[in-house]
Amino acid sequence: MTNLKISWVSTAAFVAVAAAITRAVFFTPLELRQGAAQKIFYIHVPAAWVAFLAFALVAIASAVFLWLRDTRLDRFAESSAEVGVVFTTVVLITGPLWAKPIWGTYWAWWDVRLVSTLFLWFIYVAYIVLRGAVESPTLRARYSAVLGILGALLIPFIHLSVYLFATLHPLPIVAKASKPSLPGEMLLTLFVSLAAFTLLYIAFVRARYKYAEERETIAAAREAHA
Amino acid sequence: MSSATGTQLLEVVGLGRAFGATRAVANVSFSLRAGECLALFGPNGAGKTTLLRVLAGLLKPSAGSASLSGVPLPGGALLRSRIGLVSHQTMLYEALSARENVSFAARLYGIRDSARVESALQRMSMLERADTQVRSLSRGMQQRVSIARAMVHAPQLVLADEPYNGLDDSGARSLTALLRELTAAGTAVIIVTHNLVEGLSLATHAAVMKAGSFVRFDTRDSVDSASYADTYRQAVASSV
Amino acid sequence: MSDTFAAAWLIARKDLAIEFRTRSAFLAAVVFALLGLVIFYYAWDPTAVAAIDLAPGVLWVIFTFSGILGLNRSFAIESADHAIDGLLASPISRESIFLGKALANLVFIAAVQLIAIPALAIFYNLPLQHIALPLLGLAFLAAIGLVAVGTLFSAMAVNTRLAELLLPMLALPFFVPIVMSAAQATSKLLSGRPLSEAAAWIKLLVAFDLVFVVACALAYPFTVED
Repeated sequence: MTNLKISWVSTAAFVAVAAAITRAVFFTPLELRQGAAQKIFYIHVPAAWVAFLAFALVAIASAVFLWLRDTRLDRFAESSAEVGVVFTTVVLITGPLWAKPIWGTYWAWWDVRLVSTLFLWFIYVAYIVLRGAVESPTLRARYSAVLGILGALLIPFIHLSVYLFATLHPLPIVAKASKPSLPGEMLLTLFVSLAAFTLLYIAFVRARYKYAEERETIAAAREAHA
Repeated sequence: MSSATGTQLLEVVGLGRAFGATRAVANVSFSLRAGECLALFGPNGAGKTTLLRVLAGLLKPSAGSASLSGVPLPGGALLRSRIGLVSHQTMLYEALSARENVSFAARLYGIRDSARVESALQRMSMLERADTQVRSLSRGMQQRVSIARAMVHAPQLVLADEPYNGLDDSGARSLTALLRELTAAGTAVIIVTHNLVEGLSLATHAAVMKAGSFVRFDTRDSVDSASYADTYRQAVASSV
Repeated sequence: MSDTFAAAWLIARKDLAIEFRTRSAFLAAVVFALLGLVIFYYAWDPTAVAAIDLAPGVLWVIFTFSGILGLNRSFAIESADHAIDGLLASPISRESIFLGKALANLVFIAAVQLIAIPALAIFYNLPLQHIALPLLGLAFLAAIGLVAVGTLFSAMAVNTRLAELLLPMLALPFFVPIVMSAAQATSKLLSGRPLSEAAAWIKLLVAFDLVFVVACALAYPFTVED
């Protein structure tokens, strides 16, 4: 039996997420127009929040890394990126699942947030592949940092482009989702979900960071013996 | 632009360079005056190339310091203009001719006088084939062009990483003659070589490097080749 | 400051001299662009889609992909015999290396555009003369953006294991706002709308160029190992 130590943060996170989902499914009223499908919202939106949070943190860590050259920042950026891509994938899967019953279409090229998330995913994947393709650790950290910062600069332009595209082109026949005004119960569930997902992000990043640390220690030990 | 022979040129104090956890160069200290030549020996992986790259300004030191004519490394443009680097890669553009490569290098250093390009090529006996594309030249000739390229701007300090690599006898003779000329005119030279005979014949100082540090550093006069060969062989054997 | 531009110009001339000598990358890019025009035309049902509707998208997609062919070789020539060390050990600044290479790439892409645009007019039977000037202006603006991002990423990609695969992966997400703006603006021009209607897209393109030329020029020194 392997020594499986689960930190209290991870335990708390898993409990929180389970609790949030339970509350969302069983204890939150159905939305009037959208029905049961709307419940995906309680996963989709928090996942999106975490995806963008992780991305912003990657960008900030990258910028500070280029300034201070502290490898801990690079390790954090790597961890946040790998966790971020998972949450981004969740957003991109739950998005169409929610969109089809609500908007009648799986994908919407006029939806700024959805397309921005797609590009988040592209940058994340490029970031991870880039890291895997560079041999030298110092170069790997620098290259990733540059991509992290440039990627953050790109997202506002994607935002603007899609926005322009949507406003200058005739809307599809499908009705655009109107912003749901959330009554108290639903808002609370949303916040519970947001908190739970953020906790999950923290737990995952901590674990991933520790793994990165251990991997480097092992590599350094190997070098010393060689 | 050489200095009067004898003036202090290169001062290296506790120089170190690490890559992550690996220390490629550790605590190297020495000094060179104008006109002196340091022959650097050592097994592969000893850090000789890294040391040269730090001195050439391609890498920043992680520890210690070095200065050329009082200006600390890595310096700015002025400092780099006083250093010439010959490496075992030719640093040439294959699609361009020998003359075009040397001319381009000259312009990088702010030299627009084509006569200097011609004379650099001539000293390495490459004037005849100066207009041939580098990719059509033999390895030995490419190496000659690479050397011409490194010296065209008359550096104060020449860093040569295994420059005899690939040269035939006549090329090696040209190079030795050129290095002697340079040291006589006040240029300081650091030459990394596996060729003990050539290295020691040019050198005023000799060092053996192993695992990032100097295990020996002597003036030429206090050293005989046999003892050096011994140290060198020991260093290689113990690093295998 | 003028030293930087003088050095950049020196490097650009050297790159262009090399490219002119071999011409292979340029020919490959031109042939690729022309083949692209052919394939796109036959891939669509001409009774369903008019050439004039197809043209903007096709043109800009082609520029993007054929541009990448040229961008790849930009730093490849420096890694061949470690010529980049010769540049880095010399007195010129890192910034001028980036600017010089970007300038050479700009000439490269502009040359491909100068062939592909008339080819489009001929193959698709489109009268482009009356919009020639604005179209060329647009092409130039787009080329600047493509080159800024492409040059930086090719500097990074050349030091990785998957160089030819990595460059498109890194660069294409950034090319999207460029292609979108250029294609949408071209579409407006082709349908005879006044330039003012494409103004928003042109402004977006200019903003993108400004941000990324600066960001990439600033980022380049960080990608050099020291």
